[in-house]
Amino acid sequence: MVGKSHVDEVSGTETTGHEWDGIRELDTPLPRWWLYIFYATIIWSFGYFIAYPAIPMVSSYSKGMLNYSSRREVAEQMASAKASQQVYLDRLATASLEDIRTDPDLLAFALAGGRAAFNVNCTQCHGAGAQGVRGYPNLNDDEWLWGGTPTAIQFTITHGIRNDQSDETRVSAMPAFLKDGTLDAAAVNDVAEYVLSLSAAGTDREAAQRGKKIFADTCTDCHGVTAAGNSEVGAPALNNAIWLYGGDKKTVVETISYGRGGVMPAWGRILDKVTIKKLTVYIHSLGGGK
Amino acid sequence: MGESGLRSDVEKVDVVAVNKKENRALYKKRVKIHPKRVNGMYRSLKWWMIVVLLGIYYVTPWIRWDRGPGAPDQAVLIDFVTQRFYFFLVEIWPQEIYYVAGLLIMAGIGLFFITSLFGRAWCGYACPQTVWTDLFIAVERWVEGNRAARFHLDSAPLSVGKVAKRITKYLIWLLISIGTGGAWVFYFADAPTLARELVTLQASTVAYGTIAVLTFTTFALGGLMREQVCTYMCPWPRIQGAMMDEESAIVTYRADRGEPRGAYRRGESWEGRGDCIDCNQCVVVCPTGIDIRDGQQLECITCALCIDACNGVMSKIGRPEGLIAYASLAGEQRRADGEAAGIRLFRLRSLIYLAAWASVGVLMLYSLVNRSDLDINVLHDRNPLYTELSDGRIRNGFTFKILNKAASQRTLILSVQGLPGARLKVVGSEDVGESVTPYFTVKPDRVHSFRLLVSAPHSALPGESIDVRFILNEVNSTSRAYYDSIFRGPGK
Repeated sequence: MVGKSHVDEVSGTETTGHEWDGIRELDTPLPRWWLYIFYATIIWSFGYFIAYPAIPMVSSYSKGMLNYSSRREVAEQMASAKASQQVYLDRLATASLEDIRTDPDLLAFALAGGRAAFNVNCTQCHGAGAQGVRGYPNLNDDEWLWGGTPTAIQFTITHGIRNDQSDETRVSAMPAFLKDGTLDAAAVNDVAEYVLSLSAAGTDREAAQRGKKIFADTCTDCHGVTAAGNSEVGAPALNNAIWLYGGDKKTVVETISYGRGGVMPAWGRILDKVTIKKLTVYIHSLGGGK
Repeated sequence: MGESGLRSDVEKVDVVAVNKKENRALYKKRVKIHPKRVNGMYRSLKWWMIVVLLGIYYVTPWIRWDRGPGAPDQAVLIDFVTQRFYFFLVEIWPQEIYYVAGLLIMAGIGLFFITSLFGRAWCGYACPQTVWTDLFIAVERWVEGNRAARFHLDSAPLSVGKVAKRITKYLIWLLISIGTGGAWVFYFADAPTLARELVTLQASTVAYGTIAVLTFTTFALGGLMREQVCTYMCPWPRIQGAMMDEESAIVTYRADRGEPRGAYRRGESWEGRGDCIDCNQCVVVCPTGIDIRDGQQLECITCALCIDACNGVMSKIGRPEGLIAYASLAGEQRRADGEAAGIRLFRLRSLIYLAAWASVGVLMLYSLVNRSDLDINVLHDRNPLYTELSDGRIRNGFTFKILNKAASQRTLILSVQGLPGARLKVVGSEDVGESVTPYFTVKPDRVHSFRLLVSAPHSALPGESIDVRFILNEVNSTSRAYYDSIFRGPGK
């Protein structure tokens, strides 16, 4: 650092005076415009310190002159988003399910909202795609235990099934025919064979013939003479390809022997009417309802 | 700046090029350049370029173009709100942004092409930095006087007159700058409406902010920084060497003709000396502060003003023009060898650039002319992949988007190919029910999204999935669009 300035021969630039075994460092200046911008950013940062929250303190922070808060900004954005939704929410509150179906804008809004509500409240049992699992119905298909019209779906969501939360909850019981002694094991087997034969899945024709009589005496009150089910009492159709608990013989025997009784909460206690309307529209759209 | 004392028809200017290599030092303060006004062919060309280019820039947003009701009537409009780009006959949707990319590629290759022919012609004539700098210098000259007067004013002590001139100059510069930023925003909104809003202070903060930023950059780059932008900030001077070859015609001082240079007195013999009378006219007119006689330099933007200046001198002293001229290295060599110098425009390099440029253009034009105003997108449901129905049929759900790029409402019929026994249903159209070919109407210039349910007998599926094609036909028209997708089932 001491002594006269040294100029590099090749580039004609002064060096800093540092030398390592003959290697010297060129003292190339920063471009002036770059330097000025650098100074400007420093000045700008002071303004920023004053205008915005900047300095952390023990239990708080400097608030800044603009009193800006990113949290409040989010809250404001949420509020304005809500306000812009309010128009549709108001219309949904008064519109009938049929009105919603025929109004493309309203339908799109209800479907989007219904999907969001479904993801939060319903996927735990019915699955993310509403495809269901054993004991929890698939909402995409065309079998509806308690009815697949928009009105029926809305009622089911509001009041639930076999719960003690709503007075109007859907109630019915598949008896445990073996357990309570109504049928013996052989009769259960015969009925199972008959039920399976309705969807061409049976193997034992003789047993099915015997089971047909028992079915007529015992099961038709709920499941109907043709075993087509009855959505008034939540009795599934037994003559088709859809099985809630499984269509193999072991499962059918188990169902007849010990009964079934799935439960669904009454969402009317938890969700507001508009949300239930949106859910209804969304669920009805999945498979087109009935 | 003083007279040389020698009698000549040409004023000899005692000056050195401030950006001459020997005069550059890294810690030296920038010396302000006051280029002298020059007249000539290239100066006229540059004036015309300024008028045309600024004209295009300022006038374009105000051109009206009727597109019928409901559509903007601005010929060129980049509409961020509705996500549309309008350019006269053409309307581009966001997913067609590749047309803009193609234009940028063409602009790039076009620049390569021109550079291979004439060096940095872009820098000298068409670059906004050059155009606005020229304009700002013209204002400066109008307010503060010619080159000598401006130097004089710079070194003059502070006075009312000096301050008045400076303020006048800066005010005009500011007006030009505001006008520059102000014109830019008109490309992004309906120009008359925005103009009214801007004047009545009702325009958006974004509009004012954009104008403010562009006002600042125009003022700083065109008024204050000028040639420094080209020399220090712009990457193009560094890149352009790769596009040029020995046949590229660039601004050249013909040293073999000019040297040895020296002062010339009228009536003297031209024997044993060069044509360059060392009057330095080429130096004082240079806006980047170099001496073209030092050869090709990074700072040279090939504005050709030194050619105008030198030609003026040559005609005064009765020597042939073209001591400084557009010439190529190879051409100069040919001339030295006694052949015709000439400028060879068609060479492998320039032809390759031209071919690349033209093929991108043809490709773009072809796809633009043949683009469909109807498009569909079909997205298979992820979950569930399929649903088994009570009667044993399999059903798949799809999200189905129709892009109607036409300005009219249309009725469309959808069908599916490759799936025997298929039935389609659009959710929300229960009154239509399941059908083989559902139809619906779509509004003009809009994307419609539907949920589509397709069912087919299990027997239609050979395995877990089958390829299907959705076909959309317009009623009473040949318009048609298709999308290939798959239909899935549980397998056999």
